[in-house]
Amino acid sequence: MSRPRKYAMVIDTRRCVACSACVYACKAENEVPEGYCRDWVVQLVEGSFPDLTLTNRSERCQHCESAPCVANCPTGASYHPGDGTVQIDRDLCTGCKACLAACPYDARYIHPEGYADKCSFCQHRLKEGLQPACVTVCPTQALTLVDLNANDGAFERLTAGREVQRDKVHLGTDPKLFWLT
Amino acid sequence: MKRRQFLKISSALFASAAAPGLSWENSPVLAAPEERVVPSICELCFWRCGIQAQVKEGRVAQITGHPKHPLSNGKLCPRGVGGTGLLYDPDRLRQPLIREEVDGKQQFRPATWDEALDLIAERLGYLTAFYGTESVAMFNHGFGASFFKTLFKAYGIHTFSAPSYAQCRGPRQEAFKLTYGHGLGSPEALDVAHSKCLVLLGTHLGENMHNTAVQDFTEAVARGCHLIVVDPRFSTAAGKAREWLPIKPGTDLALLLSWIRTLIEEELYDRDFVEVNTVGLEEVRAAVAHATPEWAAAQTGIRAERILATARDLGRYRNEALVHPGRRVVWYGDDTQRERAIAILNALLGNYRHPGGLLRFSGFSVPSVKFPEEKNAFASFSSRFPLASAPPANELVEQTVSGDPYPIKAWFVYGTNLIHALGDQARTLQAIEALDLLVAIDVLPMEITGYADVVLPECTYLERYDDLDTRSYRTPYVALRQPVVKPMYDSLPGHEIARRLAGKLGMPDLFPDDMEAYLDGRLQQVGLSLQQLQVEGVVSQPEPEDLYRQPAEPLRFRTPSGKIELASAQLAQAGFDAVPRYTPPPAAPPGYFRLLHGRAPMHTFGRTANNRMLGELMPENELWVNAVTGKDVGLKSGEYVYLVNQDGVRSRTPIKVRLTERIRPEAVYMAHGFGHTDPRLKFAAGKGASDADLITHLSLDPIMGGTGMNNNFVTFTRSAES
Repeated sequence: MSRPRKYAMVIDTRRCVACSACVYACKAENEVPEGYCRDWVVQLVEGSFPDLTLTNRSERCQHCESAPCVANCPTGASYHPGDGTVQIDRDLCTGCKACLAACPYDARYIHPEGYADKCSFCQHRLKEGLQPACVTVCPTQALTLVDLNANDGAFERLTAGREVQRDKVHLGTDPKLFWLT
Repeated sequence: MKRRQFLKISSALFASAAAPGLSWENSPVLAAPEERVVPSICELCFWRCGIQAQVKEGRVAQITGHPKHPLSNGKLCPRGVGGTGLLYDPDRLRQPLIREEVDGKQQFRPATWDEALDLIAERLGYLTAFYGTESVAMFNHGFGASFFKTLFKAYGIHTFSAPSYAQCRGPRQEAFKLTYGHGLGSPEALDVAHSKCLVLLGTHLGENMHNTAVQDFTEAVARGCHLIVVDPRFSTAAGKAREWLPIKPGTDLALLLSWIRTLIEEELYDRDFVEVNTVGLEEVRAAVAHATPEWAAAQTGIRAERILATARDLGRYRNEALVHPGRRVVWYGDDTQRERAIAILNALLGNYRHPGGLLRFSGFSVPSVKFPEEKNAFASFSSRFPLASAPPANELVEQTVSGDPYPIKAWFVYGTNLIHALGDQARTLQAIEALDLLVAIDVLPMEITGYADVVLPECTYLERYDDLDTRSYRTPYVALRQPVVKPMYDSLPGHEIARRLAGKLGMPDLFPDDMEAYLDGRLQQVGLSLQQLQVEGVVSQPEPEDLYRQPAEPLRFRTPSGKIELASAQLAQAGFDAVPRYTPPPAAPPGYFRLLHGRAPMHTFGRTANNRMLGELMPENELWVNAVTGKDVGLKSGEYVYLVNQDGVRSRTPIKVRLTERIRPEAVYMAHGFGHTDPRLKFAAGKGASDADLITHLSLDPIMGGTGMNNNFVTFTRSAES
């Protein structure tokens, strides 16, 4: 029997040019309403002229292994389906915003139709054997979805010789976005 | 009152009408089920990526990159994804408009296509009878202009001007032709992906978001390319560089000459290649003798050691190094010579048709269909700039104003908003005043359409066929633009507008009645069919085996000497420097900052500013001001200011200040394409500011007429009063 999947995303900040194609592709794919987004891009600038560094980061839900949104959801709408992702059952969601308050990454918003919404790693596409819309569109191939349980060496190949950053690991959330700097 | 009052049309005037019957109404693609995926070509910019448009319930729901198209490789930039924002823009032009005067007041009257085209044909008939066909000029930008060019050539009109020449790539084109005998084309024939040492001068790939250009760039970065970025601004590309040289604006040529000097003096250049394939080395050596690193340091503000070290980096990588020639290169008026210096540097590196260097692309050969004989023009346009190979748009503006050497009385403007594209707006408006006929063909009510006598609404790229795309590329290809959905409103495809106008001009047989039969006929010549392209979107050939040259391959260049001309006899003959010579740029008046502009990844010039989808992430541009200088003059991030330039001209709209460490103190920067003022652009109007408002001074390139735009200076005011 094969092991369950454990999806994670590796994001190469050296490839990323912060163009935001991922944001638009996600919005089109997931019909994200105007004024909201499930993923976003930040440019972090450090230093002062002319000694500067710049990091381009495409960000989204971290699909935490130990997810505060799941722990704090009173209705069980936020859940782990067992493939490493965190998903939302819209029928169970009451829009109470407990998950928004619990999420340390500010990855969620309340959809105008009344439920919490966020990046799903395009679960509907994964089921069809497709990559998430952001991964597919990215002109710089900065985004890679990996299965940490696959034992295919993909994660190791991508991260070899690179500094790997994760966000707010000290919170114990075990986040699954890995940024290569 | 001005004869040609700027007209703003209330959309209440428009009633939507069904598209008229067209020959391709039976298109198998359009007859396909309500849910379908249609391959085509993007037109949000001019790179022409392959796309796949997903149609759901009769509407284009989503656009993705075509996996097999060599210019997209399945990927798209934000603009390409946002194509639906253009298709479903509620502010689109919906029907032909005719300017008329009622009770002394000018207004636009919605008209039928027959009325509009009859009027154009009649006025064109008078004008050409009286002034000759040379009194008509066409300004065009975009793939769809080809049918109008065919039509006008057949009618004897030969003056076609694209702002992509004198306002953009022209100096590069001429410099490389002078040096190598051929230009670089678009997409540029460069092997960026395999470059081991890449120099970008002002070119901000990643913000300038041509899909495969950025794909190649990030591939090079990912492979560990030694990236050197020369830019007064810490661009996204500079953020990835091994070396960022924050150069004083306008001094790039001094740096380039010093690099040339070091390569020659330290014998770091490719001696074998240069000896066999070039002429003029000694002339160059003598001309750059003064350009020591210390001299260049004094000009550029970059330390001499860094200038020397980066020259040695270039020499170390030699054949595998590439000095990128850039794309929009009209900066200071010395642009052809700066591009010449870049051409010389690349020649010294010997990277011609070498992995990581300059390449030569070929096209997929699909013979054109012969159109009837062209009538001879009475006189065709001859530029006063000796080496201009196309009419500079600004020169046509000047001639329209002066009437010298002959009058220009009519403009056809296809897909280019001259008000924002040319700089020196006052002069453009003066020229428009002198016209007897201005026809604007556009999708949106861009500012230029407000000055037109007749406005012809073209449908978007998602609603039409255009001619086949067979441009040169690394892997030659033929690609099809085809309608994904039927034209909305009373808009028409360009080919249909041209065909109907041809009929009105007495050439009913110029174009085939059936666009599909025409395209199929072209494709059948090379064993392909329209049906195949409708399904596949693109057919590519493999990379030619001789893309890279063999070590001792004899090369012949289409220059007078047959070799790469390091020193240019052609330039000398025309009275210019055979080897580029540096002149410092004019300094800013006290209290003023040099105004620089560039690109943002989610917008194409002003063409996308009204796109509500793309505008969600970037509804307006910001003015980048150095954080320290900005504080010194009392600016705060987030506040809105008006800009006033050296000639006292104010920006029509205010712009949001962004204090940042990412720019030199003496310059300010904004993305081009904002500050629209036409209220018919309901989303874009009043958002951000237009650099074009402030570019009142054009530094003309004496060689080819390019319009250097970066010698304009601005200061700030919070007052809305002028």
